[in-house]
Amino acid sequence: MSENEVNPTISKSTGLPRKRFYRARAHSNPLSDSHFPVSISPSHVDYSRHYPQLFPSAGQADSSKRIQFADVGCGFGGLLISLSTLFPETLMIGMELRDKVTEYVKERISSLRVANPGQYQNVSVVRTNSMKYIPNYFGKGQLSKMFFLFPDPHFKEKNHRRRVISPFLLDEYAYVLEVGGIIYTITDVEELGEWMKSCLENHPMFEALTEKELEADPVVKLLSSATEEGQKVARNGGQTFQAVFRRIVPSDQTS
Amino acid sequence: MDSEPKKDIEVAPALIAVHPDQCSVAVAVGHHLRVFDLLAGSAVSLTDDSGASPFHTDNIRAIRFGAKGKLFVSAGDDKTVKVWSTQSWRCITSVSSEKRVSAVAISDDGTYVCFADKFGLVWIVDLDPPLHDKKPAPLLSHYCSIITSLEFSPDGRFILSADRDFKIRVTCFPKNPLNGAHQIQSFCLGHTEFVSCLAFVQAQECPQGLLLSGSGDATVRLWNVESGALLDTCEVATKAGLLESDGKAEDHDHAVTDLCTVLDGLLVAVAIQSLQGIILLSCNVSAKTLSVSKVVSIGGEAFVPTCLASPSTGTLWMVTGVSTLPGCNYPALARVRVISGIDVEQEPVIVGDDSIPGGEKLLETLQGTASVDDNAFLAAAEAVKTAMGHLLIKKQYPSENRESRKKCRNDRKLKG
Ligand SMILES: C[S@@+](CC[C@H](N)C(=O)[O-])C[C@H]1O[C@@H](n2cnc3c(N)ncnc32)[C@H](O)[C@@H]1O
Repeated sequence: MSENEVNPTISKSTGLPRKRFYRARAHSNPLSDSHFPVSISPSHVDYSRHYPQLFPSAGQADSSKRIQFADVGCGFGGLLISLSTLFPETLMIGMELRDKVTEYVKERISSLRVANPGQYQNVSVVRTNSMKYIPNYFGKGQLSKMFFLFPDPHFKEKNHRRRVISPFLLDEYAYVLEVGGIIYTITDVEELGEWMKSCLENHPMFEALTEKELEADPVVKLLSSATEEGQKVARNGGQTFQAVFRRIVPSDQTS
Repeated sequence: MDSEPKKDIEVAPALIAVHPDQCSVAVAVGHHLRVFDLLAGSAVSLTDDSGASPFHTDNIRAIRFGAKGKLFVSAGDDKTVKVWSTQSWRCITSVSSEKRVSAVAISDDGTYVCFADKFGLVWIVDLDPPLHDKKPAPLLSHYCSIITSLEFSPDGRFILSADRDFKIRVTCFPKNPLNGAHQIQSFCLGHTEFVSCLAFVQAQECPQGLLLSGSGDATVRLWNVESGALLDTCEVATKAGLLESDGKAEDHDHAVTDLCTVLDGLLVAVAIQSLQGIILLSCNVSAKTLSVSKVVSIGGEAFVPTCLASPSTGTLWMVTGVSTLPGCNYPALARVRVISGIDVEQEPVIVGDDSIPGGEKLLETLQGTASVDDNAFLAAAEAVKTAMGHLLIKKQYPSENRESRKKCRNDRKLKG
């Protein structure tokens, strides 16, 4: 591309990538086999590619700084953008299955980095199937927050195993979350809200936050407002159902 | 992915298992289960009170002895798991699975049997009391990946599961596993292709054992299961001179298909997709290293072992064969061979058919016939390779096919 050629996928007025060029199928089947590279293990994640300003050298300089927040099924990335400035010292990543949506988020972050020097350096996105590859990106107890905002509902009973919150997947989330780490979920689909809440309630390694704790947590307010899906639901006056739980040490410590 | 793979391309490799005290040897090929009693020197006739005949109605995918030799388990594509007492060779418990079964494990104390289904779910049954048609409880799950191997750690603290997505999961085995095993101890990550087999090395210095894994990436790796740390990687095919060091094992010719510890793990026997013979690795437990000790070639016939087994002595039992071969006269082909005298110092001996433990009777029982035509085995080796490919190697669709694949997806059809 020559220098004065315009990139039609970037809006001239805002300098941000235009969403319509990154539309993709509304739902992906997370069970189908992958066509994207997968990190072999958490130590293979190239931090210098995701956070070039914070990790200038490509080598795996044994920096103690690790990714701490994961936005699973991040969509167009609205939550990450809000969290980036709210927690400027924390590394965070979005995980997204759809190729074009991931590309959009990448563009969005690099535009923001250019427009706001020094900011948005702590946020990135990776195209992956979170249901299969979470342990390839994060080690034991590495994360302090995980977000599942407006996940695909998969209504049919036989498709429940495609849901991103399920009793078995919670075992993996409990593994990557540190003790005391928090899992945030929200949906506008009542049935799914009930499902996510009951999965978490029935899991021995999670406990619900109290009303007071929810009020004190600045992140809770972002759940319904920060993402594109949340904004759409709000515009249509839809109801939302959230479940926010803490990773605990199971009482059956002998297990 | 929702529909199970088509039957006609499915060939099941022959399996072998040996009693820890070498009291008996079992071979499974296709739906046939054959057991030979080495102490009595005769074929075992198994009995199943449920009246099922044959005992399995489709390819058997997993067999093993457990609970220090007291129990034996068989399972496979017919979605049944059968637990046998090795005293009476009676089926003491049978379990129906919703899906086909790909791997099994028995806890050391003989209390539990775990099995993995084709959808990555691991189930558990309590053997007390032994009953027919026991209901299994879900234990853990690998998200939609075929589980290739299940193994308890020697101290019983962990249950390990390996899958075709390069992953080995180490899960704490809870006091009451019927409520599920939720606490993951570690993931052993480092393989770059499907993991095909797991085995533990035990040693005085290391009572909890070190884990060995073999993979389609042509390596055997050594792990600390507690931390998931990769301790050593042995590029077996390269080291054994089967592969140029810069060569790519793209066609999976050098996939590790099975591994088995000999002499309590001092040596490790490794079977490789294209090798007529085995590779012996030595495992240095205190230095935590693996190195190729020797390649044992089996000349004279095309013997590429599909499965290995060893009692605690220096004897290695091997089988090659497949369930069915298109255009082959032998419907359930199996060939059994033995290597004896495996020791660090000694030269191993490939035992001739005339001096095999159990003699001709054993061969007749386990192979179905005392002698088989060599050419059949070349075809069998090819068929096994294809079968492994279908089962384990991730399908890489060229992108132009992707749209058409999507169009014929099941869930779309339903909606349409
Ligand atoms: C309804 S959108 C919500 C997006 C965003 N969280 C929001 O609130 O706007 C759900 C997103 O999850 C993604 N997704 C679904 N399954 C996934 C998986 N297994 N791994 C990663 N992303 C997934 C979808 O591609 C989609 O972008």
